[in-house]
Amino acid sequence: MTRWERFKDNDIVWSFLSSPGAMIAAAITVISILACLFAPLIAPFDPFDPSQISLWDGKLPPAWSDGGQPQYLLGTDNQGRDMLSTILYGGRLSILVGLAAVCLGMVLGVTLGVISGYVGGVTDAVIMRIADVQLTIPGILLAILINGVGRAFLPLELRQEFAVYVVIIAIGLTDWPQFARVARGATMVEANKEYVQAARIIGLPAWLIMIRHVLPNTLRPVLVIATIGLALAIIAEATLSFLGQGIPPTTPSLGTLIRVGNEYLFSGLWWITFFPAIALVVLVFAVNLLGDWMRDALNPKLR
Amino acid sequence: MFFFILKRLAQSVLVMAVVSAVSFSLFNFVGDPVNNMVGQDATREQRIEIRQQLGLDDPILTQYARFLGNMVQGDFGLSYRIKRPVDELILERLPATLELVFVSAIIALVVGISLGVYTGIRRKSWISRVILSVSLVGVSLPTFIIGIALIYLFAVHLRWLPSSGRSGTVELGWWKTSFLSVDGWRAIILPSITLSLFQLTLILRLVRAEMLEVMRTDFIKFARARGLAERAINFRHALRNTLVPVITIIGLNIGGLIAFSVITETVFQWPGTGLMFIQAVDFVDVPIMAAYLVFVALLFVLINLVVDILYFVVDPRIRLGD
Repeated sequence: MTRWERFKDNDIVWSFLSSPGAMIAAAITVISILACLFAPLIAPFDPFDPSQISLWDGKLPPAWSDGGQPQYLLGTDNQGRDMLSTILYGGRLSILVGLAAVCLGMVLGVTLGVISGYVGGVTDAVIMRIADVQLTIPGILLAILINGVGRAFLPLELRQEFAVYVVIIAIGLTDWPQFARVARGATMVEANKEYVQAARIIGLPAWLIMIRHVLPNTLRPVLVIATIGLALAIIAEATLSFLGQGIPPTTPSLGTLIRVGNEYLFSGLWWITFFPAIALVVLVFAVNLLGDWMRDALNPKLR
Repeated sequence: MFFFILKRLAQSVLVMAVVSAVSFSLFNFVGDPVNNMVGQDATREQRIEIRQQLGLDDPILTQYARFLGNMVQGDFGLSYRIKRPVDELILERLPATLELVFVSAIIALVVGISLGVYTGIRRKSWISRVILSVSLVGVSLPTFIIGIALIYLFAVHLRWLPSSGRSGTVELGWWKTSFLSVDGWRAIILPSITLSLFQLTLILRLVRAEMLEVMRTDFIKFARARGLAERAINFRHALRNTLVPVITIIGLNIGGLIAFSVITETVFQWPGTGLMFIQAVDFVDVPIMAAYLVFVALLFVLINLVVDILYFVVDPRIRLGD
């Protein structure tokens, strides 16, 4: 067997290759992530470079409609920035914030979850109680509250500069209980297996067993939660920004773009809010589909 | 049972203690309360006097105890921006939020349960498939985008309904209601649909899953064998047994609706408590932020407590298992 055939023989890869929905979703996700990450190379204009923006070109409709200009494929916004470029740069920020928030939630949640599952007893009870209580409050409300409180603690002049970090922390702190629950469940299963007992008998310290032996075996389910969490985090960031509580308009994310465009909706300039909204929905939908497929493929109970 | 409820009560008190500590610290760490009370040209002596009047020189625990005492009486002080008592402001805006949440909850429950039952019974019909695919898209659509789309379609394009605000309210004592005038109903339609859609998809999927589960059980097979009418099996036997999880959902549903009302109220400029909170955050109006924090936490704690107790009352299996 060649290496490729062996690779194809893997059950997860097989499930992926036989599910057209998953392949389309993965393709859209990968393309949009790449397009956004390499925005500076792909985008026809740099929306942050004042020398490339001209107010005379403001509020132009998409290229295919009356009055559109071919160099501005999706039209321009009120300040004359090219919509396509702004969306690519905005999407980049949205994805980066989403990834950072999920990573924060994942590190926090998995750490607490593994400790909780491995140590047990009072530690477990306390951590899981906190997670339970937090789970009863809808994530988006908690993110709005933490974000609002976080902004309030910052002095006025630093608020714009640190807005991105406040958003990441707010979303990350709302995310962790999901990760903690899953990691704890997986840890409790692993902790009773023979290889962990063997490691304990040869006298390895608990932290080493947790990191080297238990942690790697909890990562499968965590990955599923992380994918679905990424979609939720992107929505949460967009929502915060739309409410005017997130990323400031100087470096817009998709949510900020939709918020700004929304003010021009009544004057018929639909494209300023429509295209960023479509970009956001497609991105979230693709990530969601990918997460759905992963949940089915990685969960042996459902196969 | 008694022990169970006592445990939940203790947990609720703990949550409220943590939340109140956070809102108390907001007052102390965000800005200088004295600066918020006096003008720029106040003398040093005046400032010191106000400091002492407010009791800001007392030990921190004394201040916290005083804050708790006032909080229990519903006193959160004056709003920095509007200069009016916060409890008054919240009471004034509460009817708008509650009516919005109420209408949305009814829409979500009625439509969600009916569609859930339909897709559960007619599993293979093409209508069910369409409903399910649409609901999957619905989960990926952020609330504010649904709101913008509805505004564009029904207010800007078709001009059927107002795009924002709450008009046509009728005063019943201190309660301003939208339910007694045509304008009031016209204004509440779009925001309540926006708010209900996400919860609706959740309820639909849950009821469908429960129906599929119940339909496989032996007592349904037995009812079939007895030759009961399809209608009686579906509604008398199956639907009834799906209602236990639906109770939890109603609790979570109301919580979720209150959470998302912040977003919906901002999109539609609906003058409720959620919009007030967002504006308070914009202007760092600490008393309103603190009050809203405590208010929302209290609401969630109460909802969860009621749901837990209801669960206990409705499902005998939980009672026996404990």
